[in-house]
Amino acid sequence: MKPRVLVVDDDSSLAEMLGIVLRSDGFEPAFVPDGSRALAAFREVKPDIVLLDLMLPGASGIDVCRAIRAESGTPIIMLTAKSDTVDVVLGLESGADDYVVKPFKPKELTARMRARLRRYDEAGGETLTIGPADSPVSIDVPAHQVVRDAKQVSLTPLEFDLLVALARKPRQVFTREVLLEQVWGYRHAADTRLVNVHVQRLRSKVERDPERPEVVLTVRGVGYKAGPP
Amino acid sequence: MSKAADGPVFGVDGTRPVATDSSGTNHGLTTRLGIDRIRQAANDIGARLGRQISVAAGQLATTWRRSLQFRVAATTVVVTGAVVLLIGLFLVDQISNGVLKSKRVAAVSQANAGLDPAKARFNGVASGDLTGIRQAVDQLTVDLAGSGSGTGLYGIAVRSTDATVDKALTPGPAIPPELRSQVRQDHIAVQYSPVPQAGVARLTPGLIVGEPVRTRAGFFELYYLFPLGAEQHTISLVQRTVWVAGAALVLLVAVITVLVTRQVVRPVRVVARTAEMLAAGDLSQRVKVAGEDDLALLGESFNDMAISLQHQIQRLEQLSRLQQRFTSDVSHELRTPLTTVRMAAELLHNSRDSFAPELARSAELLTNELDRFENLLGDLLEISRYDAGAARLEADPVDLAGVVERAVYASSGLATRHGIEIRSHFGEGSAVAEVDARRVERILRNLICNAVDHAEGSPIDVQLGADERSVAVTVRDRGIGLRPGEAGLVFNRFWRGDPSRSRHTGGTGLGLAISLEDARLHGGWLQAWGERGKGAVFRLTLPRNLGDTLEQSPLPLVPSEVQT
Repeated sequence: MKPRVLVVDDDSSLAEMLGIVLRSDGFEPAFVPDGSRALAAFREVKPDIVLLDLMLPGASGIDVCRAIRAESGTPIIMLTAKSDTVDVVLGLESGADDYVVKPFKPKELTARMRARLRRYDEAGGETLTIGPADSPVSIDVPAHQVVRDAKQVSLTPLEFDLLVALARKPRQVFTREVLLEQVWGYRHAADTRLVNVHVQRLRSKVERDPERPEVVLTVRGVGYKAGPP
Repeated sequence: MSKAADGPVFGVDGTRPVATDSSGTNHGLTTRLGIDRIRQAANDIGARLGRQISVAAGQLATTWRRSLQFRVAATTVVVTGAVVLLIGLFLVDQISNGVLKSKRVAAVSQANAGLDPAKARFNGVASGDLTGIRQAVDQLTVDLAGSGSGTGLYGIAVRSTDATVDKALTPGPAIPPELRSQVRQDHIAVQYSPVPQAGVARLTPGLIVGEPVRTRAGFFELYYLFPLGAEQHTISLVQRTVWVAGAALVLLVAVITVLVTRQVVRPVRVVARTAEMLAAGDLSQRVKVAGEDDLALLGESFNDMAISLQHQIQRLEQLSRLQQRFTSDVSHELRTPLTTVRMAAELLHNSRDSFAPELARSAELLTNELDRFENLLGDLLEISRYDAGAARLEADPVDLAGVVERAVYASSGLATRHGIEIRSHFGEGSAVAEVDARRVERILRNLICNAVDHAEGSPIDVQLGADERSVAVTVRDRGIGLRPGEAGLVFNRFWRGDPSRSRHTGGTGLGLAISLEDARLHGGWLQAWGERGKGAVFRLTLPRNLGDTLEQSPLPLVPSEVQT
């Protein structure tokens, strides 16, 4: 079955061109040109992945992103004309998994989309435990569930993948580049800010105090590692 | 120091007989009296102050330089002090003269009044009758003392020029020999000299008037001794009053000066403080203006200046915001159609095998030129972001070795196409620094691309070095190098060393300009060295901690084999 893509973009030429490219690459695209109708279209189409322009008439891309993220973990890739740090970080913080800066090459876009659609090959009934002994985080990998203090923590697939990647090798320090490669599936091209923002988002969900992390620790000058199990 | 200052004011040694003329003045005496006292006091105070002044001299000099108020007050006090001193001296002198002169006149007339009774007494005594003479002298003393009760107390002494007679007389108070010799020469003489006073053990300053008395019984000298205790007291009182009043006046003037200058200095200081705050960036600071005087005018002008400054800066800030906004909007508006064109071109490019040869080549050119166009647009937007001051640093502690590796890797394809080898040299120790890895990688990529462009087939060396406070990367090629003076030009926008040379790597001409801005944003250095035929070196030096100031670079800019 072809993966369904919801394209939220007000530029009809670009949308049409995206349609041609996506169809030729084996996707099934649907289009919505208006931010205010994006959520309704999302519920109707039930896409596997969303391409979202940040500058939209009606609701802004940021608002649409938050609205979708509030009810689903579906991967969202922002299409942005702004590579400014503030805009990118704002987009990522509002829940986007990745971003592509216009003008992008079609291959780059589809590669990123496939990377987001690719799931971990969940071999075996693996359960991982990390974090402090008095309040551990337990990860049920096949069930895609994270529990801390007897409460289920709701993570997006990307956040889940990030946590699993760290938890599988608890003593290893991961550089941002290695995480980009393992979790996002990119080599040498992407921006390490992706990692920073997603680690922050992950911490805000699993840590008791995100200012003093116990589960996802920063190793200054190197990267991140999982807290001791 | 004069002798007079050692003893009593009317001291024996210091006094001089005045002229017989009873109207003569004693000017010299009283003037010396005042000056000597002041001189002594001044010497005492001077000695004590000297030490303290030398200690506080530096402090005082600093205050003098820095405080207008102090300077004005000090000057006023010194000038007023001098004037008060002169006036005081003059006043004391005049008053003392007046008091003493009237006393003298009274004393001389008193003495003249006693001449006739004295003559009458002595005329009734035979010459050589010592007992008679003594009786007459006693009688006379009683008479004259009694008659003088109206003019003030005085003592009487009678002496004789005849030594035998003189011995027989009751030895009275000592009379200065100078005075006696004048009287013996038949003059009425006046002299200031210490005299005994009833009820006082010590001699007091006094005035002695001597008269010759020629009688049948012999030549007698009649002395009137007037104690000047009261006059001395009066003069002292006047002196004290004058000096106390003078000191009070000087003090008053000092206080007034301080208060008056404060009125001027305080608003000036307020303006200065406000100006400092304005300079520090608080543009809303204003001076409180009261009244309509010159200082109020200063305050008003200052406020006008501040308002105009604030408007200007706000206008510039707004322009800058507009510029940023414009950049951002242009970015979006240009990039969206470019994306469509790009995708269309890519589609055509991918199907070019099925096209006629011209069409296939056209599709290729379209795609390649779109790359250039895109790079140029990206660089233009980046540099306009710097021009608008909108560039922000996302700094994290990063190991530069990884950044160098990535930059070298990213450029390796390009280098291989040109048959150029890139050799990396990593020094020992960690090269962790607080940098924006994305920007540093961009700088290094730009430097390596630039080196590939100019290496002419020779290998490129990328070296990483670090010391306590900074990290550095040099990129060295052994190509055409730079002409003298070009090292400063290479960072100019769209600058080309040799306009006839083509760019192999499709650089936009903005790469080094952007790299320089990136380096500056880190507080770092980006420098170039080059020599014709020996190649070029570009060195990036960054502080380990953001905000530190660089003092030196861990790597040399000029390669060691070239250095002589």
